[in-house]
Amino acid sequence: MSAKQNILGKLRKSLTGTTPIADNFDVELVTQPYTYSAEQRIPQLRKLMEAVHTEIHLSTAEDWPVLLGQLLRDRQLPSLLIAPTTPHGQQIAQHWSNNPDLPTLKSYDRPMEEWKAELFNDTPASLTGTLGAIAATGSLILWPTREEPRLMSLVPTVHFALLKASQIRDNFYQVQQEFEWAQGMPTNALLVSGPSKTADIEQVLAYGAHGPKDLVVLILEDQ
Amino acid sequence: MSTSTIIPTVAVEEDFRTRAHNALGDQQLRNNFRTAMDSLMTKRAAAFSDAHEREHLRALGNAIKARALSKLPDLLEQLEQNLTRNGVTVHWAETVDEANGIVLSIIRAHEARQVIKGKSMVSEEMEMNHFLEARDIECLESDMGEYIVQLDHEKPSHIIMPAIHKNAGQVASLFHDKLGVEYTKDVDQLIQIGRRVLRQKFFEADIGVSGVNFAVAETGTLLLVENEGNGRMTTTVPPVHIAVTGIEKVVENLRDVVPLLSLLTRSALGIPITTYVNMISGPRKEHELDGPQEVHLVLLDNGRSQAFADSELRQTLNCIRCGACMNHCPVYTRIGGHTYGEVYPGPIGKIITPHMVGLAKVPDHPSASSLCGACGEVCPVKIPIPALLRRLREENVKAPDAPHQVMRGQGSKYSRKERFIWNAWAKLNSSPRLYRLFVLCATRLRALTPNNVGPWTQNHSAPKPAARSLHDMAREHLAKQGDR
Repeated sequence: MSAKQNILGKLRKSLTGTTPIADNFDVELVTQPYTYSAEQRIPQLRKLMEAVHTEIHLSTAEDWPVLLGQLLRDRQLPSLLIAPTTPHGQQIAQHWSNNPDLPTLKSYDRPMEEWKAELFNDTPASLTGTLGAIAATGSLILWPTREEPRLMSLVPTVHFALLKASQIRDNFYQVQQEFEWAQGMPTNALLVSGPSKTADIEQVLAYGAHGPKDLVVLILEDQ
Repeated sequence: MSTSTIIPTVAVEEDFRTRAHNALGDQQLRNNFRTAMDSLMTKRAAAFSDAHEREHLRALGNAIKARALSKLPDLLEQLEQNLTRNGVTVHWAETVDEANGIVLSIIRAHEARQVIKGKSMVSEEMEMNHFLEARDIECLESDMGEYIVQLDHEKPSHIIMPAIHKNAGQVASLFHDKLGVEYTKDVDQLIQIGRRVLRQKFFEADIGVSGVNFAVAETGTLLLVENEGNGRMTTTVPPVHIAVTGIEKVVENLRDVVPLLSLLTRSALGIPITTYVNMISGPRKEHELDGPQEVHLVLLDNGRSQAFADSELRQTLNCIRCGACMNHCPVYTRIGGHTYGEVYPGPIGKIITPHMVGLAKVPDHPSASSLCGACGEVCPVKIPIPALLRRLREENVKAPDAPHQVMRGQGSKYSRKERFIWNAWAKLNSSPRLYRLFVLCATRLRALTPNNVGPWTQNHSAPKPAARSLHDMAREHLAKQGDR
């Protein structure tokens, strides 16, 4: 008998004569207290994300590359990792081409193994898009792709994230329903709710444990 | 790391009572725990400011776990099917030895030498670090707290805050001694030192090992929560990811994790969500540029099916490992996590450990509680911990040859003398003639009762029967009333 057969056998024996408990999931409980009006969503998200040291800037679909360039200069970041084939990547490239003195652009265009050392040691900042955000918990939704792989939002010290205001949802339940996640998940889906942190020493909060030390969110008010 | 630095090492030689006695005398330890637990309790209370919402959510959390357990074997098979379809290899292990064997075989297949670990209590059950280091494979913890305790050759003293028994000064000395860095008590600097050391290890590691918070049967998804990013590093950078988890972590639907996640992070740390919620549904796909090439899941039983066999004890498996029960436990706060001598300390440890290691190995666990009820009150999935402790106490005094074996090692506190006394006591109280005779003796001979009655008189004065029994006085009182 295999371990699997033994385990399942024991469990099934213990359930002999019982019937499965009915599903009485009360959707109201996880949605009703976490429903917001359009005006409330940005302040709600902002309150929660800023409480955990996220830097938030409001911008527009046209102007954000200028703001990004300024933020990079203010932080004296020498380079930025982007996904050049995405619409936002193209927008950055265009703005950069008109402003040659901006930090160098790098792209994550080959398997991680081929440039692991550079990614770890010489990639101080990155910019990724997001699928949206969740107002109830102050979380960005990231669904890494070939263009914007998983480590792009994790290894660089500063992570810039673009968020369209219209894509801020109310709660996690709503997100799962709208994106039909139950029908199929990507290899990796993430909720990111601030820069990396830890309170493992004496419960003193410290930022920049293993992931980004800074998370900068540019909210594009595109309505 | 050489084999000379093998963990474990917490002094577990003495028995529970001796360790508890020693811990109670350690003022530094008591301060560290008191401060931390007070703060965690305050944070949890603030995160659940609406008691009405909290209670409904707890009821839902309980219902979700009860439903999952009511079809556990089917859900485990569904999970396996969906994970397999997603490209994840699923392994089953009845014992920790089997689980370690599986992990080792994967490591050997890749000729791996360096393992980096995200936080995983199941790997603590397996003593995986010890097991692998004995085979000359480096196995390094990457959660800051876990890294600190590993560096000091200790074990975690709390399931969420592994190094909570240490203060910044103690961590500063440790880093100075072991890593050769300049002494600093500045927490930010200490964390940056840890970050630097562990970044290099993430970079080099051949294998990443993590735990799992929820395994979703419907989608074949492993959900991990964390604040540091070490979990994401562990499950993304090395070419192979091995997740280890207990068979009770499976839930039926993806939507089930919405309330469970909220209950978990609010109960554990008083926060609405952790920095990262990492949902893994497969290895790197052909067109993707990073992520592990292989993902394995090891499903471990290790005594859980024993708890499952009894419908009352089955509730133990509702646990989502938030640690709220220990944060609120007056006993845990005073004696600390190491006193329990096992992987899971505090109230949850007292009800789960006997299934893992047998009651005989932890005979004092069920009784190391004042039954104040705080643990049951705060449990986000409503495990009736005090009732289960009482139940384990019963199992612990059953005659070893009792016909119905519920627990491995049951009856470890069975004493024929005690059983005789209780039987006599029952007889005395159920026979009016005997009872009257006993009361007559107790009141008339009260001067002869002993002044020293074992442990009771260490802290209390000895009980003395009254000169007259309540029955006697009541009879007299009623007779007087009748006269009027």
